[in-house]
Amino acid sequence: MATPLQIPSEPAISAEHLVRRFGNFTAVNDISFRVGKGEIFGFLGPNGSGKTTVIKMLTGLLPLSGGDARIEGIDVRKDSEGVRERIGYMSQNFSLYYDLTVAENLQFYGRIYSLEPARLKRRIDEIVQLNGLTPYLNRLSSQLSGGWKQRLALGCAMLHEPKLLFLDEPTAGIDPVARRQLWDLLFELSGHGITFFVTTHYMDEAERCSHVAYIYFGKLIADGTPNSLRELPDVQPHGTLRVEITTPEVTRALSFARQIPGIRSATIFGQSIHALIDDHFNLDDLREQLLQKGIAVAEIRPLAPSLEDVFVELTYKHQSLLEAAND
Amino acid sequence: MTNIFRGFGAVFYKEALHVRRDAGTLFFSLTMPLLQMFLLGFAIDTNIRQINTVVYNADGRRESRELLDRLTNSDTFHIIRYVENDHDLNDMIIGGKARVGVKIPVDYSDRLLHNMSAQVLVLIDGSDSSVAGQAINVTTAIGLDESLRRVVQDRASFAVDMRPKLLFNPDSRSPNFFLPGLTAIMLLNVTTFLTAFSIVREKERGTLEQLFVTPVRPFGLLLGKLLPYLGIGFFELCLILLFMRFVFLVPIHGNVLLLGLLSLPYLFAALSLGILISSKANSQAEAMQLAFLPILPSVFFSGYIFPRETIPAILYPLSYFIPATYFINITRGIILRGATITHLWKDGLALCLIGAFLLIIAARRFHDKVIMA
Repeated sequence: MATPLQIPSEPAISAEHLVRRFGNFTAVNDISFRVGKGEIFGFLGPNGSGKTTVIKMLTGLLPLSGGDARIEGIDVRKDSEGVRERIGYMSQNFSLYYDLTVAENLQFYGRIYSLEPARLKRRIDEIVQLNGLTPYLNRLSSQLSGGWKQRLALGCAMLHEPKLLFLDEPTAGIDPVARRQLWDLLFELSGHGITFFVTTHYMDEAERCSHVAYIYFGKLIADGTPNSLRELPDVQPHGTLRVEITTPEVTRALSFARQIPGIRSATIFGQSIHALIDDHFNLDDLREQLLQKGIAVAEIRPLAPSLEDVFVELTYKHQSLLEAAND
Repeated sequence: MTNIFRGFGAVFYKEALHVRRDAGTLFFSLTMPLLQMFLLGFAIDTNIRQINTVVYNADGRRESRELLDRLTNSDTFHIIRYVENDHDLNDMIIGGKARVGVKIPVDYSDRLLHNMSAQVLVLIDGSDSSVAGQAINVTTAIGLDESLRRVVQDRASFAVDMRPKLLFNPDSRSPNFFLPGLTAIMLLNVTTFLTAFSIVREKERGTLEQLFVTPVRPFGLLLGKLLPYLGIGFFELCLILLFMRFVFLVPIHGNVLLLGLLSLPYLFAALSLGILISSKANSQAEAMQLAFLPILPSVFFSGYIFPRETIPAILYPLSYFIPATYFINITRGIILRGATITHLWKDGLALCLIGAFLLIIAARRFHDKVIMA
């Protein structure tokens, strides 16, 4: 096998102007991003926005319609087999053979990657210990609960010691404890220099990533660390302030809040309203105005935008840009 | 490192595990053909005998009764009823109670005694062509024989004396003819169905997508999936042959080992067909329906039931693309005629080519299509 040129500072993933068309439909529209080694890269976006398509392009499952993708410095177009040797992939539905035992599943994936018997045995021991699968080795994988299936699937995907793992919605349908445990495991592994490419719908998971990107209808509209995204001018326009209004009557309060001049946008979050207001707006005035409408306000305090706020703002912005372009 | 069979060993071992885990399905798919063979072997008699016959004997004298005796003695006709008029005779045939109606006119004996030509009306229900054909042949033959007997007293002085001799199956035993062909159809059924599910199951499960991010190559995957079933198919062939030999007492004139050897390319072709179906289908239900498609052409265009010579010229080439055509030639050749490799190597080669062709198409589909689904 030709040893590809490896530059030490090479990012784990570099995608330049990725395009994928299905007939007239452009599923992925000129996307560029880089993922550094050891990062946990959260790739977010609504359903059907192109997340899985991007994963398939990067893993060599789908040919690129345009652009350039390199995994650990290897061109996906030129050496897809070389790419596959170096990556692990865990799909949404945990691709396990349910009529095989935990050990048999691991052995199968190990053989597929042509691990020689001694190394295969060592790797299975390591993974079983790391993932806590020891008590289940001889159990049929169909009998495992969701969380354990997911750990087994992750184990299968990392048998061949890939430096880069793609996890497509790894926590969909998993209970909160298993979810927390999986993330603890990801942090541990990332400490060993493994890069993760994770898609998710959960905003709290996005907050944990060291690097996030947001894709919206085939376009990448955000890319950076969670903190850098919070400070984007589109999210926190100059001269505005984000506040949390805690009130027992959120629904009524919301409809009034939206009528108050100086409040640019408002959304309900549980027992409170997150609002973007002009920063010369006095918080006491705001409380007064709400009280006049008969709404008891427990607390109003400044708030840093959450990643959800970030993506909501960016999506609105992008939508208005699209509408402007269409007019 | 371009090993186009990469992943073969791992897939082979895994498939074998699947088969072992699902022993119920395996048992079912192995015993069903034997059960069917048992039923068909006893039930189907390709020799037509004892055709229901209705007789209107308007004459009733000795000559006419002799003629009727000859008809019944041929074992082809079974007289179920005597009627007294034309209407009843017709009615029995229209009603499907009798397939053949014989009317002997009132002057039959008189004309014979005066050395005049006597006519007998034979009405035959043409709705089943093989029954009709047999009835025509036998009645014509009896008529000719009866005429000759009256003209030429000494039978030894016939100018031309045809002496037909049935080779290979002298007693015209139906199982001898029927079961070797049935073997081919049974094997086709078992193997196509077994493999038809093998890939589509992984497609539904999502494991196929997983396999495609591993370095496994299409040929490694397909052959790994195919070969365990080749073993099962071969085992099934052995069961069928034992059954045929010791339950139906069909003698095997040729070399059984050669039959075993030549069954491998047939199984390969049938399994490749199953794999192709599996790569085409998007669900197990679809695979099930597609797996039925090759059965009817294999039954009717392979020479299994109707001789290939009866196929119209434009459809005849079709029979060359049906694996069962070649394997039926092989089974009948070896079991009945004692044929050897010099007679049958072309059939073996044709099967290898068909199998390889189908497998390559299936592998190509993996590159182009399956991943997108």
